[in-house]
Amino acid sequence: MENAAVSRAAIPDSSASGFSRRKLWNQGAKCLIWASAIFTCLLLAFIIGYIFYRGVPYLSWELLTSQSSYVKKTIGILPNLLNTLYIIVVAMAVVLPLGTGAAIYLTEYASNKKLVNLIEFAAEALTGIPSIIFGLAGMVLFSEMFGLKQGILAGGLTLVMMILPVIVRTTQESLKTVPNAYREGALAMGASKWHMVRTVVLPNAIDGIVTGCILSVGRIVGESAALLFTAGFGLVLNDFVTALESSSATLTVALYVYASERGETGVAFAIAVILMTLTLLLNFSANMAAKKLKNV
Amino acid sequence: MNTIMEVKDLNLWYGDHHALHDISVDIPQNQITALIGPSGCGKSTFLKTLNRMNDLVEGIKITGNVIYNGENIYAPKVDVTWLRKRVGMVFQKPNPFPMSIYDNIAYGPRTHGITSRVKLDDIVEKSLKDAAIWDEVKDRLNTSALGMSGGQQQRLCIARALAVEPDILLMDESTSALDPISTGKIEELAVELKKKYTVVMVTHNMQQAVRVSDYCAFFLLGDLVEFSETEQMFSVPKDRRTEDYITGRFG
Repeated sequence: MENAAVSRAAIPDSSASGFSRRKLWNQGAKCLIWASAIFTCLLLAFIIGYIFYRGVPYLSWELLTSQSSYVKKTIGILPNLLNTLYIIVVAMAVVLPLGTGAAIYLTEYASNKKLVNLIEFAAEALTGIPSIIFGLAGMVLFSEMFGLKQGILAGGLTLVMMILPVIVRTTQESLKTVPNAYREGALAMGASKWHMVRTVVLPNAIDGIVTGCILSVGRIVGESAALLFTAGFGLVLNDFVTALESSSATLTVALYVYASERGETGVAFAIAVILMTLTLLLNFSANMAAKKLKNV
Repeated sequence: MNTIMEVKDLNLWYGDHHALHDISVDIPQNQITALIGPSGCGKSTFLKTLNRMNDLVEGIKITGNVIYNGENIYAPKVDVTWLRKRVGMVFQKPNPFPMSIYDNIAYGPRTHGITSRVKLDDIVEKSLKDAAIWDEVKDRLNTSALGMSGGQQQRLCIARALAVEPDILLMDESTSALDPISTGKIEELAVELKKKYTVVMVTHNMQQAVRVSDYCAFFLLGDLVEFSETEQMFSVPKDRRTEDYITGRFG
């Protein structure tokens, strides 16, 4: 009896004071949460706003379509725009077949579960390595050992090392979402394994693969540390073939050069505006692609 | 009665687990053979040995012979894709591909190299008619197969299997996920199909075996206890264990 009485007393009854105290806590927590949400949004808005405020005045047609000249004392970032494009082409051309191929092998063919787990673990671990370390390794491996010098090729291949695990993982994840019943259905009709993968598995995983690719392009566009030693700082306009083995700064590296070595903060902010717009566009199109392809 | 497939001393292991013991049975042509038995007795496993779908399972070992078309389907030179084209399969849950109805049916023929639109049109119509679903879908061949009801999807899967012109159709509890009306339609269809094809079906449903099948194989703990004409098995079973099972003493 006594116990019952005690336990009943332990639950606060709806006396005015207990009730209002809880209400106060509730309100307080709500305010705090709101405040942190608003602070986060404001911070983001401030950064974007400030970058646009500083950068947009420097954006001009001339900036985008010319190269810097010491003689004329003009600044143009066309070479850097092109270099970014070149490096995307090089890196994706290598990483896409390699990454999707590896992912298809791991999910559809490999029978040694232990090895698969090891590779998956390694891929997972690789994604956590700071990109400057990839840059260091890339410099030693590609620029020096393979003699590729500094340029788009060495830079692009370094990015391949960096992005490969990401592409493998995202592709694997999307392959795994394809129901096994589809695979069985195809095989039971006498489809060979590769035919089954090509006609049933890949079409149903394409949304994930495309999204992964677009996000990888986003990473390439935004990467700087890994490219400092590998792609180089060159600001000269080159065609694709020449750029492969000559020092070529991408937009991000150019941003660093203009901001810290040339003291052209305005130009750096203009590049930042371009980079942010590109990144936003890429993320947006990744979402769009995922939605669009899913409905087929 | 002609034999279309002859199983001799078939043994199967999943790792250390001996799942099928010395199974020998002749599958009669143009008849419906039902495989019955309690869960885990090996009937589905046995069914999948007939088109080598068990090959996909890791750590599996199979000995013995399954003679089809004059050769052992487990012989090294046998092309599994050829075998599976001749021995089609319908699964427990309908598994249409997320494509149009037309593309689902055309998948098999395309896989085996038919590209002519005229030929494909022909095969699609014929297969859907054989599966008794043509009238329901002929006006929406280009809509997604995933929009159909479960029963329709299962008949679509049967049509899809028929499109590669198999000899034998394996049905792995193909009505267990369906409502009674759809089940009835599939049973009717199976009876119709045996004119052209040989049907082997796994079923948990004793009434279904009686209604549909001509021959019955009773499996228990990896043994084939009894194989006889359905009528005989359900009236005068030869083995005591069969009698106990079909009269519901265990299950």
